[in-house]
Amino acid sequence: MDLSAINPVLLIASLMVAATPLLLAAIGELVVEKSGVLNLGVEGMMIIGAIAGFAITVESGSPFLGFIASAIAGALLSLLFVLLTQYAQANQVASGLALTLFGLGLSALLGQGYVGVKPPQMGKLDLPVLSDLPVVGPILFSHDPILYFAIALTAGVWAVLKYTRAGLILRAVGENHEAAHALGYKVLKIRIMAIMFGGACAGMGGAYISLIRVPQWTEGMTAGIGWIALALVVFASWKPWRALLGAYLFGGVTVVQLNLQAAGVAIPVEYLAMSPYLITILVLVILSADKSSAPASLGKNFHASR
Amino acid sequence: MNVPLLSLQGLTKAYPGVVANDTVSFDIGEGEVHALLGENGAGKSTLVKMIYGLVKPDSGQMLLKGQPYAPAEPRQARADGIAMVFQHFSLFDALNVSENIALGMENPPPMGDLASRIREVSETYGLPLDPFRTVGELSAGERQRVEIIRCLLQDPKLLIMDEPTSVLTPQEVDILFETLRKLQAEGTSILYISHKLEEIRALCDHATVLRLGKNVGECIPQDTSARDMAELMVGSTLHTPERADRDFGDIALDISGLSVPAPSAFGTALRNVHLTVRKGEVLGIGGVAGNGQDELLGVLSGETPTAADAVKLNGAPIGRLGPVARRRLGVLAAPEERLGHAAAPDMSLTENAMLTASVRQNLEKNGFLKWGEAENFAEQVIEAFDVRTPGPANAARSLSGGNLQKFVIGREVLQKPDVLVVNQPTWGVDASAAADIRQSLLDLAAGGCAVVCISQDLDELMEIADNFAALNEGRLSAPRPTKGLTVDEIGLMMGGAHGMEVAHV
Repeated sequence: MDLSAINPVLLIASLMVAATPLLLAAIGELVVEKSGVLNLGVEGMMIIGAIAGFAITVESGSPFLGFIASAIAGALLSLLFVLLTQYAQANQVASGLALTLFGLGLSALLGQGYVGVKPPQMGKLDLPVLSDLPVVGPILFSHDPILYFAIALTAGVWAVLKYTRAGLILRAVGENHEAAHALGYKVLKIRIMAIMFGGACAGMGGAYISLIRVPQWTEGMTAGIGWIALALVVFASWKPWRALLGAYLFGGVTVVQLNLQAAGVAIPVEYLAMSPYLITILVLVILSADKSSAPASLGKNFHASR
Repeated sequence: MNVPLLSLQGLTKAYPGVVANDTVSFDIGEGEVHALLGENGAGKSTLVKMIYGLVKPDSGQMLLKGQPYAPAEPRQARADGIAMVFQHFSLFDALNVSENIALGMENPPPMGDLASRIREVSETYGLPLDPFRTVGELSAGERQRVEIIRCLLQDPKLLIMDEPTSVLTPQEVDILFETLRKLQAEGTSILYISHKLEEIRALCDHATVLRLGKNVGECIPQDTSARDMAELMVGSTLHTPERADRDFGDIALDISGLSVPAPSAFGTALRNVHLTVRKGEVLGIGGVAGNGQDELLGVLSGETPTAADAVKLNGAPIGRLGPVARRRLGVLAAPEERLGHAAAPDMSLTENAMLTASVRQNLEKNGFLKWGEAENFAEQVIEAFDVRTPGPANAARSLSGGNLQKFVIGREVLQKPDVLVVNQPTWGVDASAAADIRQSLLDLAAGGCAVVCISQDLDELMEIADNFAALNEGRLSAPRPTKGLTVDEIGLMMGGAHGMEVAHV
């Protein structure tokens, strides 16, 4: 056992990378749930984003285009959910599960030609002096742009929900759609936009896995991150900064346990592998003592006629 | 008088199978408090929805200050100076007061300014309110203040109020009226919808009466007796429930020292409740909603088990028994919430009759259900209580609120209970049907049944109860004979005005 082989600076830098897909998906789902819709299809939208981003990057040679494609793909798939739940009034839980199964299957089909291909890499931030600083440089100033984007998105979502009228209306729709309708707000329109935003975020989260974290395509490579994102939103009490905290905690424990495995610690691998899930959920359960923050209309379909 | 503020001319709105409004015309003058009266289903709600832009009329027109007025949606109505306080509050529990108010405004000022304007307006009109409190924590009276202030901040020309006093204590009603009179003095017109005729006589300048969607008459409430107005609404002579003088028998129901913790975060704990009801007695329990009424009903019906000795029937402990066992002993209950508590919304009336009456009416044998007899029983209820529905096979949800209420009360009354507990027995029921329900409760009592009537309608309790007690924050006051009790005394028993004050200025 050789713990000295673990470099804390690299550890922190890599935990941020490990956390980003989860953070993107969770922030998107947070907005969806704040509008009163429960979309369990996060995993499906992520994997579709992963293959769409991967394929476009390989074909065009531009990871930037790939990320845009992944967001579009995720949003398109979420439109299927919109069709089922907002127009056909189908059950949201069943529709979300269907979306995940559909996404996993479709991505496997689309990805057949891309197994074993290596995608072009996205450039990393390289600021003249700052990126070369010891410790701070690798942690803060040497990542890919998407990682910074995810943090900025968290801040943006937090600010919009807290300080703007658009955010207030979104929360109102999620809280009591009947009352929002009576006051003259367009419940369906607002929800559809929220669902598509969630789809785009999940798609980008998926592409982050296939383009940056792992850089390759394998079937089912999102490996349950979408489900963790769903749990994260609940345990984060629908608060963006807590979602960030939870995502980084999950990323951190994932990276630490991988390092511990590599260092040959005498704990069975299975325990190490389950530790990120256990610790993240445990911490967030303790944090989420105030259950009252769940949007009151969450998961309920809305009929304008009633 | 010159041009009226709002003039309705021949408004008609038909829904499949029913004409909700049939060529309704009347005028509302500037600075006038206009009452809109009518039974359930008379078309009052549809009419105000048309004025507020939620529903479009099929024909007819409205004139606002002489100009044609046809709002396509509530925003437009608000922009034209029409504001509405809803019967079922349109508030968001998880948001705070100023956020709720901002959502109801077209161009809200920044939050900081809004909060200070809320404070200003709320103090001017004697409706104190903290802009940063979460609405979910507020009492019903405070929630209504939020709705009223939301309207006032937009300087409305016409304020529509749909049954605003049903959730208030008498003192709170007085203060609300002060606020409304002050608004009236400032030139705001008010369209006031209520069942409570005495209130209308105290407040309104003019009244329009609707019956079956038609305008059947107008009157000056100050010069018309409540009885005449009620008869105009109903279209026939109204009979007042008669209370025969009777002697009470032995103590039937006895609760002593009962304390129950709150069932949920938004529930109320019952604290050291004592009550006794004798055979043939009607005990009225008043109080503002949310002070433990639902919890008390749960304890009496058997939904909430208690210590065995806390609840006694004819001296025998029944605190541990569930609802079915209590029904077998003759203790029946009809809860307040019609859809989901008193009745299963998506099940037919026959099935709903089966659910509570199977024990006492012998509707099951060896675990098999006797559907034929259940249907007969449901038909009996429909017949005896004039429930308007095509038949017992219809789903409970398809009945109007008042009709379903008649069914759920009738279903218990016809089972010949020894003890009957009802919560809000005539909630949302029109005057003549309410009189029938009250009469049936009095008839039960005359036959020796002990009746506990929990209600927020004080007139109702005065009419039928022999003794009156009030629930306030889970505590039950000592019962007092209803005879000679004044409204002020009752208000104080109910906990006074909850920190309200009369309008300044």
